[in-house]
Amino acid sequence: MSQEKKLMKGNEALAEAAIRSGCKCYFGYPITPQTEIAAYMAKRMPKVGGVFVQAESEIAAINMVYGAASTGTRCMTSSSSPGISLKSEGISYLAGSDLPCVIVNVQRGGPGLGGIQPSQSDYYMAAKAGGHGDFHMLVFAPSSVQEMADLAALAFESADKYRMPAMIFADGLLGQMMEPVAFPEISPAMPEKPWACTGHGNKREHNIVNSLYLVPEELERSNFERFARYETVKKELTLYDNFLTEDADIIVTAYGASARIARSAVTAARAQGIKAGLIRPKTLWPFPVQAYRDALSTAKAYLSVEMSMGQMVDDVRLAIECSRPVHFFGHTGGVVPTPSEVLEQIRKINSGLAK
Amino acid sequence: MAIYKRPEALCDVTTHFCPGCSHGLVHRLVAEVFDEMGIVGDTIGVCPVGCAVMSYDYFACDMIEAAHGRAPAVATGVKRSLPDKFVFTYQGDGDLAAIGTAETVHSATRGENITVIFINNTIYGMTGGQMAPTTLPGQVTQTTPYGRDPKVAGYPVRVCEMVSTLTGTAFAQRVSVDSPNNVRTAKKAIRKAFEIQKAGLGFSIVEILSACPTNWGMTPVQALQRVRDEMIPYYPLGVYKDITAQKEEQA
Repeated sequence: MSQEKKLMKGNEALAEAAIRSGCKCYFGYPITPQTEIAAYMAKRMPKVGGVFVQAESEIAAINMVYGAASTGTRCMTSSSSPGISLKSEGISYLAGSDLPCVIVNVQRGGPGLGGIQPSQSDYYMAAKAGGHGDFHMLVFAPSSVQEMADLAALAFESADKYRMPAMIFADGLLGQMMEPVAFPEISPAMPEKPWACTGHGNKREHNIVNSLYLVPEELERSNFERFARYETVKKELTLYDNFLTEDADIIVTAYGASARIARSAVTAARAQGIKAGLIRPKTLWPFPVQAYRDALSTAKAYLSVEMSMGQMVDDVRLAIECSRPVHFFGHTGGVVPTPSEVLEQIRKINSGLAK
Repeated sequence: MAIYKRPEALCDVTTHFCPGCSHGLVHRLVAEVFDEMGIVGDTIGVCPVGCAVMSYDYFACDMIEAAHGRAPAVATGVKRSLPDKFVFTYQGDGDLAAIGTAETVHSATRGENITVIFINNTIYGMTGGQMAPTTLPGQVTQTTPYGRDPKVAGYPVRVCEMVSTLTGTAFAQRVSVDSPNNVRTAKKAIRKAFEIQKAGLGFSIVEILSACPTNWGMTPVQALQRVRDEMIPYYPLGVYKDITAQKEEQA
């Protein structure tokens, strides 16, 4: 039954997967192109004993998440780029209080009000600077409707395991498109949460959820502890896909919707005898540094394809410590690159290698 | 014979509050209500940025520290997750009526079944005495050095009056802790608010006119006199909304 495939929008598949992953509370605020998530939750949550609240703002929604997460309840909010900016204060507090939760960003073009078409220009915000202070969140980058579902399940599980906020980092294209999707049968098990504020029932000391440390040494220690945990995450949860990279001269890299386009371009390049391959990060934090280093044995050049002015490209350069040329190609503002444009870039790089 | 002692719902710690500050007294009243109702084990408190931010170390129930202004949203998340538990916020005037106005109004209008303890002392205490949304016209603060001029800085917000217009608000009362009699009334109001929550009737708020001698530049006794002379006339004490009383009248 559960392996039966359904044709669904990415946003709806994600919402359904969240519910199946034990998400009991959803707090949202309307913004295009992710509103289907809120609509789906509004319809389904009351039927499965869950909670749906339409908050008065994205700020209120992320703080409702903070409250629900403080009780150990699996919870989620979703928004699109401008709304994620509003949530960043709350995301920082969630990270500072070590609270697990899932935040969805179905990206649209920016800056400012920008547009409503797909974009990947929030990479820095997701992977580098989700809010003030020293912290990271888990950043999952689905590339298909199936992955919208699969990575949602993994996000809930990982958030609980590492006590971190996790972001599903999608874009308007993935949110809006329809593909067949199957849902896993078993929802991820929830660990014990002895830290949660559930009312102590006079049976234990009172629990405190907090990110305030007025003594600098204590604050530093809490950050050290968190960053030690981040090292474990890097070892255990760095995810990526390789496609035709084993003998590749040119490593194309892209995530999310761009990766689908880049993959078509790589296939077309191979047909023309160009040794191109694709690295597709599925986690943007942790970033799959080793994948890029492993490719150095054959790679002569790298090409990052993004729907931005070039953000992830910085991490590719850092990963290989600029030991090869790292090119960038992208569109922004809601313009989606085409496979032929990417192929053209690959051909150009390839002819440069021949010289 | 009853012995005056620390309520069990308060931790055995020294608070950071200044001499003459009303916070310590209000903490005690809330804790006494928890003891009397026997609910400390079933209560989750939310204390946001402001002078109450470290109350997680003072109240013996489970405690959550929240971002500035966001306590009612955090409390909403807690209450929706654990509808059978008591959930309260403890907020100052800057938190509740400036940066957190939207969260206050909307948790009230949703009828969130939570209790808000609201400290109105007409000033930002933690940051050293700046204008609050409740600062009185003419009141000198660090950011109204010539006195609050309504032409420039607008007028004070009367919170109980405002939220009592909302259907989701079940109970709103303004009290003061300037005299023994008023302290007794304040405790009754706090108890009533938690009883309203226990009955699942909706949003309850107790606004407590409080003294901030440090930032007012007064002695504790002068500060309580100011509560009587200046604050109570502007912020009249009383029950602004009580849906249980309305029901009794209708019956």
